[in-house]
Amino acid sequence: MNANGKKADPTALVRVEGVEKVFHRGSEDIHVLSRLDLTVATGEFVALMGPSGSGKSTLLNLIGGLDRPTTGSVSIGDDRIDALSDRQLAVWRARHVGFVFQLYNLLPVLTAERNVELPLLLTHLTKAERRRHVETALAMVGLTHRAKHYPRTLSGGEQQRVGIARGIVTDPTLLLCDEPTGDLDRKSGDEILNLLQALNREQGKTIIMVTHDPHASARASRTVHLYKGQLASEPTP
Amino acid sequence: MNAPLNWFSQIGSIAKFGLLSAAQRRASVAATVVGIAGVVAVFIGVLSISAGFNRAMTASGSADAAIILRSGADSEMVSGFGREETRIIADTPGIARNAEGPLSSAELFVIINLPKRTTGTDANVPLRGVESAALGVRDQLKITRGRMFNWGRNEVMVGAGAAREFAGLEVGAQLSIGREKWPVVGIFSANGGVAESEIWTDAKVLQSAYNRGDSYQSIYARLASPGAYEAFAAALTANPQLKVKVLRQSEYYANQSQTLTRLITTIGYLVATLMAIGAVFGALNTMYSAVAARTREIATLRALGFGSGAVVVALMLESLVLALIGGALGAGLSYAAFNNFHAATMNWQSFSQVTFAFAVTPALIGQGVAWAVAIGLIGGLFPAIRAARQPIAAALREL
Repeated sequence: MNANGKKADPTALVRVEGVEKVFHRGSEDIHVLSRLDLTVATGEFVALMGPSGSGKSTLLNLIGGLDRPTTGSVSIGDDRIDALSDRQLAVWRARHVGFVFQLYNLLPVLTAERNVELPLLLTHLTKAERRRHVETALAMVGLTHRAKHYPRTLSGGEQQRVGIARGIVTDPTLLLCDEPTGDLDRKSGDEILNLLQALNREQGKTIIMVTHDPHASARASRTVHLYKGQLASEPTP
Repeated sequence: MNAPLNWFSQIGSIAKFGLLSAAQRRASVAATVVGIAGVVAVFIGVLSISAGFNRAMTASGSADAAIILRSGADSEMVSGFGREETRIIADTPGIARNAEGPLSSAELFVIINLPKRTTGTDANVPLRGVESAALGVRDQLKITRGRMFNWGRNEVMVGAGAAREFAGLEVGAQLSIGREKWPVVGIFSANGGVAESEIWTDAKVLQSAYNRGDSYQSIYARLASPGAYEAFAAALTANPQLKVKVLRQSEYYANQSQTLTRLITTIGYLVATLMAIGAVFGALNTMYSAVAARTREIATLRALGFGSGAVVVALMLESLVLALIGGALGAGLSYAAFNNFHAATMNWQSFSQVTFAFAVTPALIGQGVAWAVAIGLIGGLFPAIRAARQPIAAALREL
């Protein structure tokens, strides 16, 4: 049962139920999320919006298995990820989640194609299979011609496209984007949003995107607003 | 879901990324490598002194040779025998013989002052009077220049080490001993052993030059076999005509080198330990700064699914590689600087100089590299644990 007394949709891909997240700073408890429920269906493109400190990034981290709730449960498909150990969570993330970060988080010592290949190093694919996957992912983001370039020689928009290629190269269940346009100019940001929208519409990728930019959230199929750790309103799908 | 994903490949990848990014941290990486190289070089360098000294002393004594001193004497300096006693000893069963008789040399040991080539200051140099059997007793002895001294003449031949370290010992030079001038007629080697530090002449001639009558200080004897020692020693000590102390030569020289070797080894370990503590902090600093500089990078890898165990092992591996580079550099430096470096030092048992060459042995290099490995592992451990324990979500946003 969720916080509203309703049973969460069992067919939903993402089921966040009764989640609370409390951080401790000294003797002070900071309640970042309070009894929060959220479901995301397969193939949705959801934007999480809210002011700074509203808990949207924390929620994204819980859904991505980077953190655990203080209470409540987070289920992705058939997996109760809040119950997994650190080691199990690492394996789960490698198999099911693609991350796209605001600051791209590319390894500066690796070329674009090697950065994209990183998640594939955790699979049992052969080198040739990995190369094929990397080529496909780079083609999808339109960066085949920049494959051999190092991040420092790429523009911000290009770096973020490499980040997205890295996020989708394993064909994950979920693509989680934390302010993916937050560090880009409007033009580059639009290109990234176009790309995410295409991945959602054409490839059926389930995407959850944290943003504070209404222009970005307008591209999502649904926007969820957070305020002080709770959903402010959740339009019915 | 629990199967680890290519754990070794994860470790290899993370370590590779770290080493690739080392160029961006070249100052702290270089400081660590040089620091560890310094520890290893000093450690090996100091211990090569005792290894070289020990080698010189142990090269001198073989297991089938014995030295006989007066009972209670720890060195030749304080030992003494009359002619009759040396004959009884030479006739004791167990001593090897050749056509001229038993391989037993009654010897006289005095000290003369000669200036060191390096400092010009006087040092005690051993002058040994030997009998003809001495060359059979010490079979590694070879004349490398000039010739053997003539028996019954005031002539000397000089060990290669003494000729190198002390002035006025070239072939053709004259030594002032007592009121006479003694020509140097030859240089000999003795397989790097302690005899190379000595000047040799006929024992009879030396006795008269030093008014020693018909007395000697020690007897050097070659035994029929190493196994003959026990019976030989027992026969001598049981003989009521003699008051003697019998030692294998190897044992005698080991005792002689013990004090100095122990002192140098202790100093070596002490200095190396103090330096290693410094180097551990250097390695810790480098790896902490490596972890700090790569907080977001490591968090990103962990977010992608790289395991925290792999992060720990990879960072320690990275630290180990830096330490091994430092270790190899230090070992190479110490080999180039110290191996075969010739020196002379006081043998506190005989109060005379022993010349020897520093020895950078494979065992010492192994020990030096082991120190480097230990420094690398300790220096890498705590930063690696810190990197693996950082909350991923917070670390991802680090700038």
